[in-house]
Amino acid sequence: MAYNVKEIVANKPSRFMAGHRMCAGCGAPPVARMVLRALHEDDHAVVCAATGCMEVSTFMYPYTSWTDSFIHTAFECAGATLSGAEAAYRSLKKQGKLPEDEHTKFIAFGGDGGTYDIGLQSLSGAMERGHDMVYVCYDNGAYMNTGIQRSSATPHFADTTTSPAGTKIPGKMQVRKDLTEVMASHHIPYAAQTIATANFKDLYEKAEKAIYTEGPAFLNVLAPCPRGWGYPTDDLMQINKLAVETCYWPLYEVENGKYKITYKPAKKLPIEEFLKPQRRFKHMFKPGNEWMIEEFQKELDERWEELLKLEEITNR
Amino acid sequence: MSIRERLSGNEAAAIAMKQINPDVVAAFPITPSTEIPQYFSTFVSNGTVDTEFVAVESEHSAMSACIGAEAAGSRAMTATSANGLSLMWEMIYIASSLRLPIVMSLVNRAVSGPLNIHNDHSDAMGVRDAGWIMLFSENNQEAYDNLLMAHRIAEHKDVLLPLMVCQDGFITSHSIENIELVEDEKVKEFVGTYKPEHYLLNRKEPMAIGPLDVQPYLFEHKYQQANAMRNAKKVIEEVSKEFEKMTGRKYSFFEEYKLDDAEIAIVCMNSTAGTTKFVVDSLRAKGIKAGLLKVRMFRPFPAEEIANALSHLKAVAVLDKSDSLNGAGGALFEDVTSSMYVNKKQVPVVNYVYGIGGRDTTSYDIEGVYKDLMEIAKTGETGNPYRYFGVRREK
Repeated sequence: MAYNVKEIVANKPSRFMAGHRMCAGCGAPPVARMVLRALHEDDHAVVCAATGCMEVSTFMYPYTSWTDSFIHTAFECAGATLSGAEAAYRSLKKQGKLPEDEHTKFIAFGGDGGTYDIGLQSLSGAMERGHDMVYVCYDNGAYMNTGIQRSSATPHFADTTTSPAGTKIPGKMQVRKDLTEVMASHHIPYAAQTIATANFKDLYEKAEKAIYTEGPAFLNVLAPCPRGWGYPTDDLMQINKLAVETCYWPLYEVENGKYKITYKPAKKLPIEEFLKPQRRFKHMFKPGNEWMIEEFQKELDERWEELLKLEEITNR
Repeated sequence: MSIRERLSGNEAAAIAMKQINPDVVAAFPITPSTEIPQYFSTFVSNGTVDTEFVAVESEHSAMSACIGAEAAGSRAMTATSANGLSLMWEMIYIASSLRLPIVMSLVNRAVSGPLNIHNDHSDAMGVRDAGWIMLFSENNQEAYDNLLMAHRIAEHKDVLLPLMVCQDGFITSHSIENIELVEDEKVKEFVGTYKPEHYLLNRKEPMAIGPLDVQPYLFEHKYQQANAMRNAKKVIEEVSKEFEKMTGRKYSFFEEYKLDDAEIAIVCMNSTAGTTKFVVDSLRAKGIKAGLLKVRMFRPFPAEEIANALSHLKAVAVLDKSDSLNGAGGALFEDVTSSMYVNKKQVPVVNYVYGIGGRDTTSYDIEGVYKDLMEIAKTGETGNPYRYFGVRREK
């Protein structure tokens, strides 16, 4: 694919406008902007957001950051809400009530709370029913909108307000759910895990594929949160890079059942590099807590090996 | 010529939906309304409707999908009962606040718990403050007719509110009765096409709906909703008159059965009105001036009209097929009595909670109520107004 991110940024008008109230150093706005940039310019979109940081910060009455049509209903039902809009589109198209040569695309955004947890059923239903839509999870690993409570996406040992690192219990004691795998197991045409790294290439290409693959598609995008993770706001891109280079957040896609790891670090960095700059993992670096880092590394290594095997098996 | 048929209440609702031919139906099975999406799926599978049927994984998703579909610019319908409506509850409020004229067939059933699949009105009463227009139906004919009028009311520019048509689970939903259907073409013409002013799929005017709506705005938006509900009264009256012209079947806010010269009367909703009419007739044959006021339009509540219609009576009993568990009385009772109070109509009124969880309501039960009313009419004393009939209890 001929690709030049500078050209895309320069030539395609943004569909996600400045002036929203997302925090400085938040990983989510670049995700929304880049995913929408992957839309063909002639195509209209209906965007649906689950209740969460992104929704409350981008559509506070009477202002909106979304230049396409946008709907928000509640926390747990972006999947179902958008599936209804998509069904309406198919119905009206079929009946000749919408112009044949004009296309509308359907894109949902939800945080990990609205996607991994409370909205999982709604998302699963929408994907299983085969609606032609993309669900984008911006995963910041906790309920950030309500003040950093643990979710099933929160990494092992992380300090959150409902899994505080205390004297008896050192943070979240459970490992995170692997939602990308859960969605891949729906046998949808396209599921991918990506991130807004240095040149946005991976995110842009996967977004375009997701949007223009017929049928349901799922993107899981890691979106760091400076408040919840505890890193200086200007370090966002560095944190993203470390997530990928340590294989904390492997970049891969599952297209019609075939796994493809889209980036393999030449030299996998130790997980400390990713954990160290973040306040939520600070307690893991206290003397006597080395076991936590070891266990974290072991879990990551196992998952990475698993992924390599999946790639091998599905491409035989 | 209208078509004479024999249908159950659920069949009647499904046939109405077929004739309306909505763009999207999203529904999840729940007893006793399951048959509605079942019948409707057959229409979809056989291509007799243009509808996209969304077989959602829950009622919460059913209402969410209806909201998405209606906001997108299409007509969306659903059907549910009891716990299904409870699960939708969050989205019920969102549907009305987004001013989306979604139409629902609610086949009334007891809300858990404990689990019970039979009829009472606890499901409907749970959403009475949710901003939906609520029409109640005595039988399959009324369930059908109310559905045919639903879109005209809900989609009216002065209204733009969702609407639910209620009927009693099993009692009417599963009972086959004679019904007069309107011809397909006439229904199509009467219902008309849906032309929303703003909708998501209008690329010429992208819109955003469902904002974070904080202190400077939410109050005004709620006020607008309240106004829309007030406006609905006039629209319901107009549409009902037009429907009467087409079918000869007259619908008002409520039905007055032998109420004009009555001295005692019952106020109730849905199928119990049928039983009550039978009892009224038998009492009248004995020279007892009994009457009935059957509420069709529960939301908006025709407060002044009901107060006036009951003002000449010597005693009134309001029957609630749902207990409000508030130590004071059922929802319909509270609405009726407060309407009478603010309209300065002083009539002794008592409340009976009855029929909970499908407990059979017989003509003998209704006769008993009229018997109590005769006593109250004589003495003017109501005693404890919060009463029950049909329940076993310690003496």
